[in-house]
Amino acid sequence: MNKRFTRILATSVAAAALVGSLGACGKGSASAPSVGSNEITMWTHNAGNAEELKAVENIVDSYNKSAGAKAKIKVQAFPQDSYNDSVVSAAASGKLPCIVDIDGPNVPNWAWAKYLTPLKLDADVSKNLPSTVAKWEGETYAVGTYDVALAMLARASDLKAAGVRVATVEKPWTKDEFQDALTKLKALGKWEYPLDMGTAGTGEWLPYAYSPFLQSFGGDLINRDGFQSADGVLNGDKAIEWAQWFRGLADQGFMAKKSGKDSTQDFLNNKSGLLYTGSWAADKARAAVGKDLVVMPSVDLGTGPKIGGASWQWGVTSGCNNSAAAMDYLSYSLKPENLAAVAKATGTIPATDEAAALLPEYAKGGTNRIFMELSRNYAVMRPETPAYPFIATEYGKAVQDILAGADPKTALDKSVKAIDANIKSNGGYKN
Amino acid sequence: MTTTQLPSPGRRLADPAPAAPPSKPRRRPRHLREQISGWGMIAPAAVLLLAFVFLPAILGFGLAFTNARLVSPRPVEFVGTDNFARLFADPVFWRSLLNVSYFAVVVVPVQSGLALAMALLINKKFRGVNFFRTIYFLPVVTSMVVVSLLWLFMYRKDGLINELLSAASFGLISGPDWLNDPATAMPAIIALSIWQAAGFHMIIWLAGLQSISGELYEAAQLDGASRWHQFRYVTWPGLTHTRTLVLVTITIQALGLFDQVSVMTQGGPLDSTTTIIYEAVRSGFKQQETSYASAISLVFFVLVLLISAVQRYLTREKD
Amino acid sequence: MKQTLNSTSLSSAAAMAVRILFAAVAAFPIVFMMVSSLKPDQQIFGDMSSVAAFLPIGNISLDNYAAVFERVPAARFLINSIGISAVTVVLGIFINSLCAFALSRMEIRGKRVVFTAILATLIVPFQTLALPLVWWVNQLPYFELNGFSLEISKGWLDTYQVQIIPFIANAFSIYLYHQYFESIPKELDEAARIDGAGWFTIYRKVVMPLAGPATATVAILTFLPAWNSYLWPLMVVQSEELRPVMIGIQYFFQLNVSWGEVMAYASLITIPVVVLFIAFQRSFINSIASSGVKG
Repeated sequence: MNKRFTRILATSVAAAALVGSLGACGKGSASAPSVGSNEITMWTHNAGNAEELKAVENIVDSYNKSAGAKAKIKVQAFPQDSYNDSVVSAAASGKLPCIVDIDGPNVPNWAWAKYLTPLKLDADVSKNLPSTVAKWEGETYAVGTYDVALAMLARASDLKAAGVRVATVEKPWTKDEFQDALTKLKALGKWEYPLDMGTAGTGEWLPYAYSPFLQSFGGDLINRDGFQSADGVLNGDKAIEWAQWFRGLADQGFMAKKSGKDSTQDFLNNKSGLLYTGSWAADKARAAVGKDLVVMPSVDLGTGPKIGGASWQWGVTSGCNNSAAAMDYLSYSLKPENLAAVAKATGTIPATDEAAALLPEYAKGGTNRIFMELSRNYAVMRPETPAYPFIATEYGKAVQDILAGADPKTALDKSVKAIDANIKSNGGYKN
Repeated sequence: MTTTQLPSPGRRLADPAPAAPPSKPRRRPRHLREQISGWGMIAPAAVLLLAFVFLPAILGFGLAFTNARLVSPRPVEFVGTDNFARLFADPVFWRSLLNVSYFAVVVVPVQSGLALAMALLINKKFRGVNFFRTIYFLPVVTSMVVVSLLWLFMYRKDGLINELLSAASFGLISGPDWLNDPATAMPAIIALSIWQAAGFHMIIWLAGLQSISGELYEAAQLDGASRWHQFRYVTWPGLTHTRTLVLVTITIQALGLFDQVSVMTQGGPLDSTTTIIYEAVRSGFKQQETSYASAISLVFFVLVLLISAVQRYLTREKD
Repeated sequence: MKQTLNSTSLSSAAAMAVRILFAAVAAFPIVFMMVSSLKPDQQIFGDMSSVAAFLPIGNISLDNYAAVFERVPAARFLINSIGISAVTVVLGIFINSLCAFALSRMEIRGKRVVFTAILATLIVPFQTLALPLVWWVNQLPYFELNGFSLEISKGWLDTYQVQIIPFIANAFSIYLYHQYFESIPKELDEAARIDGAGWFTIYRKVVMPLAGPATATVAILTFLPAWNSYLWPLMVVQSEELRPVMIGIQYFFQLNVSWGEVMAYASLITIPVVVLFIAFQRSFINSIASSGVKG
């Protein structure tokens, strides 16, 4: 047994030596302080998503090689699911990099916490899609190079077979038409559930995807007048109507209480006939379905169709020692050709018309043009308050509970109570 | 392998500092040198535990009485027991307590029973014993995160588990949507947890079984004891200490249920799988309420302490 | 080993049947995982309703593995995890056995209190410590040898040591060693002392060589959590080049989940442990079985 012990020891020591040699760079450089240095770090959320990461890296490379570069930018990619956790732990210990990627609705929270510094860019962002510019208390804290838009995807042939008209931006489906369409599609008998709303989604998907329905009914996540209470808004009559409607879709067998993990794939595999998803899925769907694919706006449930505005954006941290360079890079990244390159790689909507003009699919008459229109016409920002991350978790839980069979009023009351208590305990999130 | 193994002296498992065998005359503590080198040897581990367990724990417990937040520009204030008042008024907390109890009440006996059965099955020497030992231990070496993902996939409505059930019942049973039904979500998590961890406790049982002298069995056989009687009067009493160890480790493991829930259900549906630790992590990270999460942790700690004390009392040696 | 129970051939056949049943239950998800890692997504779902789910048949390829290496720096993550786990194990064996040795075999005032305090740490689940611990490790000084000058900076975030040092000392390991040491006759120490040996020599030359089984147990029980650590590195490691294997899992849950790739990565990070386990199988299980866990 002594021999065994020695063997374990020897193996371990060999491995330790291996790490030791790797550990020449023992301390990661990602968070190395950038004291007046010529290298600044930038964090992004797209590790594992090769196309998007590559697009970002390309811009960084071209900036680093450009003559006017004020610093060398170093990219550090994180997996999206845990990105926020990584940032928050880093922030809690003062280790944020210079430039961070932020999911738009979180910007007010981070700005309030003083993680972010107001942007002073050379680039003019006044003509950018409004949902790509994150403002809080009159200052701009983040800019996005793109936005995404929610839409309904279907196969024209299926709609025709069911006798359902194709919804358009001019004439979206009403609530009744939607009900009718689902009934007819279900009657085709092609799918167990004709509609896939991505109900297996978690985290930010829940408020992103489903709060626009709530808003279309006339409810909201919070009373936007002062952002002090959700009472009467998130649990008012309109909100209850929304909850009952949403729950009804599952009860009537139109959609699964919990869809598959990959809704797009399920749609392409003909496991669903109508897919509610983001513009990012369109290119893949079109490649698979071809000309038969139709992209339609979301449903008008009373106050017109709504979709969530703001996607991932870029901000500069308040601890950045070379914020001039960081701002300079951001301005650079907003050049039309860069916006176009990212949009192309990620299948997203470029932030400006100039950039869109460079992409045939987003130019007038292009296949993805509709997403720009959806974004311009329907985008509603998620409430611009530092309370948003908390509201999002409460709302997400309410959605899941309602789908699982909770009484809508009870579930929403519970959320409202928690949200109001949170706002109060934070002194109203006032500075 | 067992040559170094000596009969285990009658010592209490839960008793941290076993008394020296009574036959041995008590010496007075030896001179200073022994004290110094002794503390020197304890020091590295003690310092590390102090630095990386005690200190953060105390820090955390302190936070429970403040309004500290993960993300906030506001100064931290002392708020007394506000967090606890809120916690005890929160139905989700009581639900999580109930869920964890449910989990523990099923898992503790079932898992330890199955583990004992497995240990008995491979206690003997037979051809292929190593093969079986390896297979039984295989789930233990697989990470809980990986295991949870795998079972998440298998528990789908059209997943492997339901297909197997259907095949085994010749199509009679069409299984439920395991993780999306409040009635089946916790049982599904229980099944996977037992599957993953039983192998570990099998090893502990096996260790206990091997420490029972073979002579006792031979004697029992000479007396014509049936196999049940052998188990009842030789094996079972021989496992007294092992029982306590298995009980304590499974209970602590059960009360700390987290990974599976975090990956598979996020506490849903309808709070049917939420647990104390899951609520602590959700509050602390996703909702940024550090102080509230700390309060949950503190309550959890006290709870485990109480349960351990009760278990220790119940399993004390009655001599 | 002990022949404990007499059994008729009938009941031994029954016992074997039960053994095989248990083995099937224990192994089927893992077999499913590994087999699926060789199949394209479509086929994974297609095969699910038949025994084909467990057989590497049909359109078998290593494509998923190729895709894994494209998506994740898997080799780097594997090396990191091997290193982190190995160092944790080696230091853990040394430090915990040393502590247990003193607690078990030396006359030290107050050792009872110390031992009780150590065991108390067993009931604190790591998740509840994580947040204060992040803040705390970031207050710790960091020494860096830069040429000939020693640089001191603050904060351990984003390093290898932050993934190792907090996990070296472990109450369960100390407990296991302690129990095991108790079963080694103290007369051996006395004899060595008469020969003039110091305490450390007794530890190193007398007791540790006899504690092989306990060491094997501690080794695996330290290795598994180190290899599987997930929440912690998520919070404290930022550089991609320092990440361990479990973080890689998250890379697969971006848009477009490919279950084949998930299965391939899951297999990839499980196989090393299984191989290691099989290689040491005899020693592991036999020694765990005969070690101090017996209580």
